[in-house]
Amino acid sequence: MDLQIALLLGQDGITNGAIYALLALALVLVFAVTRVIFIPQGEFVAFGALTLASLQAGKLPGTLWLLLGLGAAVALVEVASALRDRHTRRIPAILLLNCVLPLILAGLLFVLSPANLPLALQVVLSLVLVVPLGPMIYRLAFQPIAEASVLVLLIVAVAVHVTLVGLGLLFSFTFGETLLQGQTILVVASSAVLIVALYFFFERTIHGKALRATAMNRTGARLMGISASMAGKQCFTLAALIGAFSGVLIAPITTIYYDSGFLIGLKGFVGAIVGGLASYPVAAAGAMLVGLLESYASFWASAFKEVIVFTLIIPVLLWRSLKTHHVDEEE
Amino acid sequence: MSALHEHAIHGDRPVVLEVRDLAVSYGKVEALHGIDLRIHRGEIVTVIGPNGAGKTTLLSALMGLLPARGDIVYLGEPQGPERSVESLVRHGMTLVPEKRELFGEMSVEDNLLLGAFDRYRGGHRDHLETMDQVFEIFPRLQERREQLAGTLSGGERQMLAMGRALMAKPRLLMLDEPSLGLAPLIIREIFRIVAELRKTGVAVLLVEQNARAALQVADYGYVLETGEISIEGPSATLASDPRVIESYLGLGGRH
Ligand SMILES: Nc1ncnc2c1ncn2[C@@H]1O[C@H](COP(=O)(O)OP(=O)(O)O)[C@@H](O)[C@H]1O
Ligand SMILES: [Mg+2]
Repeated sequence: MDLQIALLLGQDGITNGAIYALLALALVLVFAVTRVIFIPQGEFVAFGALTLASLQAGKLPGTLWLLLGLGAAVALVEVASALRDRHTRRIPAILLLNCVLPLILAGLLFVLSPANLPLALQVVLSLVLVVPLGPMIYRLAFQPIAEASVLVLLIVAVAVHVTLVGLGLLFSFTFGETLLQGQTILVVASSAVLIVALYFFFERTIHGKALRATAMNRTGARLMGISASMAGKQCFTLAALIGAFSGVLIAPITTIYYDSGFLIGLKGFVGAIVGGLASYPVAAAGAMLVGLLESYASFWASAFKEVIVFTLIIPVLLWRSLKTHHVDEEE
Repeated sequence: MSALHEHAIHGDRPVVLEVRDLAVSYGKVEALHGIDLRIHRGEIVTVIGPNGAGKTTLLSALMGLLPARGDIVYLGEPQGPERSVESLVRHGMTLVPEKRELFGEMSVEDNLLLGAFDRYRGGHRDHLETMDQVFEIFPRLQERREQLAGTLSGGERQMLAMGRALMAKPRLLMLDEPSLGLAPLIIREIFRIVAELRKTGVAVLLVEQNARAALQVADYGYVLETGEISIEGPSATLASDPRVIESYLGLGGRH
């Protein structure tokens, strides 16, 4: 391998690593606040990329049907609970948010021909279609069992993942790479901007601090009026945004299938595990390492590249379990 | 108690919290039953009792952290089954829990800021002024404003927990054993501050094992024993009650 190839592989690794780092941050965030190990994180990447591809191809994206369906389900659940608590005044807002807005969006997609819109608008439309799926999934699958154990939450997360992949298959179509010039720089730069923005959100804004507070001390946060379900919804929104944004970013340089999200998400997951699902900087560094390792592994032993990446998790887990004493999961 | 007697003690201050026939269970075990309790505006009411009597259970139930049976009327509103911690916080009820529940990896300042979270979300933007007021009450917190809450001493942690609760501008402040584990000098300081809060009009429900200190600052007191209120009355009356002296104040008492 000469220097030029090494540099090229490094560039590739950093590009992928940046995406894995974003996903790792989302995973750490969701786990810290809700204790959910969010296996479906990668699906948002695939949904983001596929939605953008559909719009560009002039087809109605399948995520639109998902949005309408989940929106209706959430509205049903919310209206039922509003009736139970006799908060009937909340019902119009519930219907507006979960049914009317998605329908308006659907109408827009029918009327406009998205294929002819400028790329920036297509990207925005894709995010608007995919991001609300995050809080909707939280509301339907995780909020009702928020107090359950980590294991139960994990099982539900796996179930959600399988369901989403299945639904992805329904509106499957692949999206080939077009290798845009300069896309790698765009990926790294956008990821960096998003990471800095997240940092400011968590360090400088009261809503960001409220999320961190929930992660640190659930009871303390509740006593401040920070409701666990609100915090959960915000986390899932951020996770969906990060996922969909990553998907849009990598769409032009990667071939995305309906089930590609899982492997991508899993690599972010390895990064998050390196950070012990607790430290943001370590998780991001771990994810970068995964990206580089994968890139060089694909050069020397391309058949084994996934194996090599996922084997990384074993020494890390060993080291962690030796270093940390056993702590009860439900403290 | 007769209406006339009631008036003689509390003046015409409005009732902030009224509890009738409250009962709380952990599974099949009843931890509290038949609790009647009343707090007026600007009043300090104490609940004293030994370890395990149910004091923390009482505060948790009032705050909506535990389900309870019986009637709870807060600020004139009967509380239905849909009452939640969040809605009570919104209406000015705050709890400084026995374990303090601070945000250990955040600065003192951020802990205080989050005390005003619900007001901030409700559109109020006066948290910096409120923080200055809290710093006036607890100058020690101002000195430590950058320090992580997890690295504070026991007394400072209690001050931060109280300061954080005051950031919400509460109408009812509930304190669960603020003297727990603190040195006598700091206990005196904390109780001096509790007594001063009366001026701000906030109603204080003070739960304590340290009966002597609690009865000194409170206007009215209840003795809670094995889940029931055994004695109640104005603090001065309680402090001279032979049963209270025997169990909680005398040489045989804990303090
Ligand atoms: N989470 C719980 N589950 C079951 N029993 C509890 C729980 N918390 C407290 N208790 C019991 O309820 C009674 C009252 O406890 P507590 O309210 O903590 O008393 P205090 O605060 O007066 O010391 C005790 O007998 C205690 O063992
Ligand atoms: Mg207690």
